[in-house]
Amino acid sequence: MWRDAALVAGKDLRIELRSRVVLHQVIPFGVLVLLLFALALGPDRRPMVQAAPGLFWVAVLFATVLAVQRSVAVESGDGVRDGLRVSGLDPAGVFLGKAAAIGAQLLALEVLLTGGVLVLYGAQVRSYGALLTSAVFATAGLAAAGTIYGTLSAGMRVRETLLPFLLLPVTAPVLLAGTRAWQVALGAGGSAGDPWVRLLVVFAAVYLALGVAMAGALQEAA
Amino acid sequence: MPPAVLLRAAVALTGRFPALAGVDLDVAAGEVVVLEGPNGAGKTSLLRVCAGLLPVTAGEAVVLGCDLRRDRSAVRRKVGLLGHGAALYDDLTVVENVRFAVRAAGGASGGIDAALERLGLTGRLRRTPAGRLSAGQRRRVALAALAARAPALWLLDEPHAALDREGRDVLAGLVSEAAAGGATVVLASHEPAASLPRADRVVTLAGGRVVADERVGPAPARPAVLADVVAVAAGAGAPAGAPGAGGAHVA
Amino acid sequence: MTGVPGVDAPVVPGVDAPVVHDVDAPMARGVDAPVAHDVAMPGAPRPWGPVATWTVRAMGVAAVVCTALTVWLGLWVTPPDAVQHDLVRLVYLHPPIAWVALYLAFGTAGLASVLWLWPRTRSALWDRLAAAAVEVGTVFTALTLVTGSIWGRPTWGVWWAWDARLTSTALLLVLQLGYLALRRVPGDPDTRARRCAVAALVTAADVPIVHFSVVWWRTLHQQATVLNANLSPTIHGSMAWTLLLGFVAVTLAFGWMLAVRYRIEALSAAAEEAELGAALAERRAEGLAVGSGAAPAGGPDTALLHGALATAGQPQATDAEALCPDAGHPVAVESDAGQPAAVRLGSAAAERAQ
Repeated sequence: MWRDAALVAGKDLRIELRSRVVLHQVIPFGVLVLLLFALALGPDRRPMVQAAPGLFWVAVLFATVLAVQRSVAVESGDGVRDGLRVSGLDPAGVFLGKAAAIGAQLLALEVLLTGGVLVLYGAQVRSYGALLTSAVFATAGLAAAGTIYGTLSAGMRVRETLLPFLLLPVTAPVLLAGTRAWQVALGAGGSAGDPWVRLLVVFAAVYLALGVAMAGALQEAA
Repeated sequence: MPPAVLLRAAVALTGRFPALAGVDLDVAAGEVVVLEGPNGAGKTSLLRVCAGLLPVTAGEAVVLGCDLRRDRSAVRRKVGLLGHGAALYDDLTVVENVRFAVRAAGGASGGIDAALERLGLTGRLRRTPAGRLSAGQRRRVALAALAARAPALWLLDEPHAALDREGRDVLAGLVSEAAAGGATVVLASHEPAASLPRADRVVTLAGGRVVADERVGPAPARPAVLADVVAVAAGAGAPAGAPGAGGAHVA
Repeated sequence: MTGVPGVDAPVVPGVDAPVVHDVDAPMARGVDAPVAHDVAMPGAPRPWGPVATWTVRAMGVAAVVCTALTVWLGLWVTPPDAVQHDLVRLVYLHPPIAWVALYLAFGTAGLASVLWLWPRTRSALWDRLAAAAVEVGTVFTALTLVTGSIWGRPTWGVWWAWDARLTSTALLLVLQLGYLALRRVPGDPDTRARRCAVAALVTAADVPIVHFSVVWWRTLHQQATVLNANLSPTIHGSMAWTLLLGFVAVTLAFGWMLAVRYRIEALSAAAEEAELGAALAERRAEGLAVGSGAAPAGGPDTALLHGALATAGQPQATDAEALCPDAGHPVAVESDAGQPAAVRLGSAAAERAQ
């Protein structure tokens, strides 16, 4: 399973390296969302700084939907999905590989958006460690849930409209917990961030386990 | 010797439509079978059923010893399917595509270069992204991946489409070699069977059923089958131990 | 969804038989009926016997009675709360509805989905049950939000407050709507069932996370009254009994609605199967037409002549068709006679080969 996951993750990342879709389209989209929020919340920095953690995670969530769509679109060539099923790869390995690739892309996105939040909104970091930990686990959970729903909706013609509607509610706990955790880390108020990081870990573990367990059924569902 | 493909009254649905409406088919290991029939007859569906992609909702289906009604995924590793689309990643180069396919099937990378050479994908073509190739070239890449993987059952869906004359010669050569090596080949084609030097049988499908099954081919049945038995015994034939029903039918 | 018990009556004796047996008389009467049922996975819908029907009806009646009793007790008999006065009367309905929506509906859907996904217990019954449970559960979730909102207005002063429980219930509603949207995506029943089962499980995994988020947020909402960790209910006396009755009433109502909704699914599945039977027959007719029409140099004879591995039954099919004008029969003859013939031909071929 791990060998297959590494193979698939490598394949996806190599495709991204060649086509640079995430780099040229998804990441700028994330930055764009931050800009739009700034326009919505007004020129005064104070509401922006206070809302910064939440806005960051909303932007990440929207970008996740795009990244998942892209990951699914890679397999939408003529006969490619069938080829993947007949290839002999372990479905759980395929799931983990694709989730890992999405996760890696999301982490790159988050680094850039963090910079954006710090610069554009004037937030300040109180604890880098907390920032990093919560981001890593949140990303893992987002990538896992995204891959599950992406694979589920891969074969449908209405995928573009249905995927956001399916994925975003499920990732709401990540938004909640991530925001609270970042509030602490960015010193924007709130008490201990520990329970929230724990929630993120649980979410990531649950969805990774679910994805691995149901990978076979997911592949057939497409 | 267990048959490579055993179908009895197999019914398969695509959506609500019964693509296969009761197919009976026996293919022994090492045979080359050509599927014929009008459009919409169910040739593609039959190939997909054998690859374990399309579920069989009624009847029996045993391919390479794996009961498809119980678990479709076990058989997939052992078959090679060449579908209508070439199943290539547009952004990866030819070599990378073939290498991915071979490594996914757990094969060694040794045969890749030989397969690519055989199909004329050399030099600059190797490093071209698959998205920039013509349809015929994409076909060749898919064939190269198949040849490099060397599965026990080859399922080719209209492989002649988009191939030029040279490509067809190479294809015929590949099919002959595969069959000689003990693999079973089932291909769907609109070309007359005469164009394939190594076809053993022609099965005609219509309306999701088999309506004719003729033995063609240069050699009489017995010696050819005997040769296949020897080849299978010597080479990499289908795995033994078809489940009960299959065994009862054959021996 | 039928909300009226009376509508159940005409459905039972009349509709069952026609849908399953008489829809396409020539097809269903002959042999295609068994074929159609064989084509479906285990769990092909069967008409309900009198016991099941009466149980469901009794459940509906009991639900109505209990609800009426709860309403009477709740509105007139039990005393008003010291703090919340008459508003507390909603506690007899709102928590039960919330409990049913959250745990009973989702739990049923989740369990049914697991049972469907597990190959050994796979049966179309679980798929229908899951779909019914989610749909009824959606109604109850919406009711939870509405009753909660009604309760909240005088208590908190706003129609809606962004506290944890309301928000997570709203999220759950959206998740359930997502499942329903997924169910409407066209496709073959097997793929649809698989997709929805997976989606239901993934969604159900969110439910405990939602529950914990209530505990961790510690905001406006009351502590979950009955399900406290130390298990001592914070309401006493006649109020507790009425609350219990409220639970019973809502659970019965849910059970009845679930049964009716399940029945609707089963009937529509039976209708689909009848269509499938017709489609199969058409497809076969298409094949026979081409086979006998194309007849190249004696098709069936060629097969017999060369036929080391001639597919069994084809020659017999055309013969049988000549004998039996009823369109259903060739199928029967083939599937019965075809198998032994195949064995004979197959073993003969094997003998010749070895």
